[in-house]
Amino acid sequence: MIQLNVNGQQRIVGDDVEGDTPLLWVLRDHLGLVGAKYGCGIGACGACTVHVDGKAVRSCTLPVSQLAGKKITTIEGLAQNGKLHPLQQAWIDADVPQCGYCQAGQIMNAAALLNDKPKPSEADIHTAMTGNMCRCACYTRIRTAIQTAANPEETHRG
Amino acid sequence: MVEMSKFAQSDAYVASLIREVENLPPAMHAMGRRGFLKLSTLGGAGLVLAFHLPSGKAAAAEAPKVINAFVRISPDNVVTVYSKGPEIGQGIKTAFGLIIAEELDADWKTVMVEQARVNPKVYGNQSAGGSTSIPRGWDQLRQAGAGAKAMLIAAAAKSWGVPASECMAQDSAVRHKTSGKSATYGELADAAAKMPVPDVATLKLKTRAEYRLLGKRYSGVDNAKVVTGQPLFGIDVQVPGMVYANYTKCPAVGGKVKNYNREALMKMPGVIDVFAIEGNGKPVEVMPGVAIIANSTWAAFKAKNALKVEWDESGASKDSSSVAAARAKEIALKFPENPSVNLGNVDAAFAKAAHVVDAYYDYSFVSHAPLEPMNSTAWWHDGVMEIWSPTQAANNALPMVADLVGVPEDNVIVHQMRCGGGFGRRLMNDYMVEAVAIALKLKTPVKLQWKREDDFAHDFYRPGGFHQLKGAVDKNGELDAWQEHFITYTTDGKTEVAGGNFSGNLPNTTLAPNVRRATSMMPLMTPTGPWRGPRDNAQVFVNQSFMHELSTAAGRDHVQFLLDVVNRDVPELRLKPGPNINFNKNRASGVIKLCAEKAGWGKKRPKGTGLGIAWAFSYGGHVAEAVELSVDDKKHITVHKMIVVADVGPVINLSGAENQAQGGAIDGLSTAMGLEISMEEGRIQQANFGNYPVLRIRSAPPVEVHFIQSDFTPTGLGEPGLPPLAGALGNAIFAATGVRVRSMPLSKLGYTI
Repeated sequence: MIQLNVNGQQRIVGDDVEGDTPLLWVLRDHLGLVGAKYGCGIGACGACTVHVDGKAVRSCTLPVSQLAGKKITTIEGLAQNGKLHPLQQAWIDADVPQCGYCQAGQIMNAAALLNDKPKPSEADIHTAMTGNMCRCACYTRIRTAIQTAANPEETHRG
Repeated sequence: MVEMSKFAQSDAYVASLIREVENLPPAMHAMGRRGFLKLSTLGGAGLVLAFHLPSGKAAAAEAPKVINAFVRISPDNVVTVYSKGPEIGQGIKTAFGLIIAEELDADWKTVMVEQARVNPKVYGNQSAGGSTSIPRGWDQLRQAGAGAKAMLIAAAAKSWGVPASECMAQDSAVRHKTSGKSATYGELADAAAKMPVPDVATLKLKTRAEYRLLGKRYSGVDNAKVVTGQPLFGIDVQVPGMVYANYTKCPAVGGKVKNYNREALMKMPGVIDVFAIEGNGKPVEVMPGVAIIANSTWAAFKAKNALKVEWDESGASKDSSSVAAARAKEIALKFPENPSVNLGNVDAAFAKAAHVVDAYYDYSFVSHAPLEPMNSTAWWHDGVMEIWSPTQAANNALPMVADLVGVPEDNVIVHQMRCGGGFGRRLMNDYMVEAVAIALKLKTPVKLQWKREDDFAHDFYRPGGFHQLKGAVDKNGELDAWQEHFITYTTDGKTEVAGGNFSGNLPNTTLAPNVRRATSMMPLMTPTGPWRGPRDNAQVFVNQSFMHELSTAAGRDHVQFLLDVVNRDVPELRLKPGPNINFNKNRASGVIKLCAEKAGWGKKRPKGTGLGIAWAFSYGGHVAEAVELSVDDKKHITVHKMIVVADVGPVINLSGAENQAQGGAIDGLSTAMGLEISMEEGRIQQANFGNYPVLRIRSAPPVEVHFIQSDFTPTGLGEPGLPPLAGALGNAIFAATGVRVRSMPLSKLGYTI
């Protein structure tokens, strides 16, 4: 039995879940949180990105046994007190998604970036976001949305 | 050879999908009179309108089975639109809603768009491919909105005792112009439902100048759910009591299961069952394999990793990319004696030409690789096969599933789920039919989840190809002759593989008076299929690069050369008049000219920097693209800017359209630069994104998008934004370095980005 802290709630993972199960599948199959997505299973695409103790991690390769006592935040827990995270709002305002499948991972990764660097340069964005693939190639809008969220007083295009 | 014939059947099915797209009637106005059917109210009060295609007579008397779309207005003033087609990232759910809301004069803020159920008897075609959703839906949905509005106005006029002509509609309300009386659609819905259904012929649709909604920017209707991680996609489906499955097929397509280590796997934690499925030998349905059933996705994955199968590969693919590439070069040495096109006198043109150029081009197979790996959930219960699937073509799956299960199609229920990318991959429903084959052996719902590695190993790939070209420019600098030998593949020995025949678009836009084309085919078992911008995605690269070789050889300005070619009158290549989404030289000239202007064509650029331009008529759209880049001495490419100029008629949602254009261009860059699927001993050599390097954000340049809007029937943007990019890229590299690239991906030539 493993006790997890997910989005501020204590969640119990039963003995039917093997300790080597990646966090991604615990979230999706056992806790009903399907926002983090399966894309590659090897940490190469970023669709499964969540936060563990505030850091962006690839949940598809992270065994759940290592997570007891850690603070896990998923896309479902990013909004606070019913208010969307600035990145979520910027994503809607810039109409970033095409298929939308990678976007939870993109947003979670970007949120960790803004935690570290509230005013990232374009180079910072490229370095931080390079592990997150968007097959529809919404990249120009992802850049715009991150810059908008980081600098709400300015306007951004393209 | 039994297997081979089934392969050919599958290939014919895939080819038929492409043909269906090509044969789409270009002007949907010509569909004839459509009538409305008023339905009894569904689950409560309000106006529910359905629209149907009458078969010719007694339209209003027909049963609702021919209904193909719905608008619903409920008493709380919410307008609900049922989007009949699949959302695969092309933004159709938003666009469909906007088209109806425009003619309905609905308040967009209160319009809900819901996914329609799958029932082709009710909705007609429910697939998404070939950028056809918009042209197919355009008249139908506008009439839906206008018809509902007419009934709402009639209801208001009646209750106020005024002529309908004195009433107007705006923002989901009807207003009497002189008295100022007003009522919301919600208030009018019940009365409107009792009004006579208007004849479609009496409906006056808006002109472009009258649009209030269309052409502006809208955020996608599902974006709030996307950014908060709500369940939307096929992979998100959870049905109470369901179990989890995966399915392992022979890595060389066509291999059969001989033995597998069932006992060892059955001892693994969470494993419920392991069994082999013989399948029906069709790659688009069920190929032989081993199913693992477990109590979680991870338990099923772990068992799959431990699965050992002994395959019978006697009938399996031995395809080899390296052997094919060598063979194609030999075949290219001799032009076939049976050309498929032989216009004018190519040999005479070459003999008197001022400039003759020969070139050999090739490009790789590529995988669709949508980010959501294939999956489907199926539940065999009460004589019904119920399925939840992220599919681009659910209606095509119905007969396959019904046949496999042995029930009428009415006993097959498909819930079409949002797709995590399509790109043509989900026009094939193999993963859905596999889930059905597995569900038949279980008493519970089951979710089949492919691993990413399964996706790479079992796709319907864009076929690679080889083109030997010879072209001539006459003493006036005009394109005079075009000879093209296309070396491609065949599965049945008779016709080209799906996606591997000559593009239907290029022959009518490569306007030379002397043209000779021929095809040679090499055997292939690896399944192929439509991939974003089928055929154009690679052949436009060849066409537009070679066009640049010719203009360069002749010392011509390339943009003027392109304009001369598209405006050439070659009567034999002229398309039949009438259909307004067909090739139009004015639209072609328009996008080429504007693209050149926006890109700063003719401007002097620093050494090592170059501008390339290319264009395509593809899937109804006229699109020109420009790439400005620098290349360093290590062949590293920095793309400074890309420009897309598209004429797809009137734009529905400017934001969505721009997103498609940008995505198409960057996908074109990504694919041209670094993507390749290769096979040896029938096995696909790429297993995951580690060796299939889809372009990342740091290499994604800014993409400037311009639309030339017109009153032509609007066409889609999923396909046509991609094809011109690779040609523009190659031409830009030539402009920067003087080196011609004649092979995709460019990474094999040593280029990086």
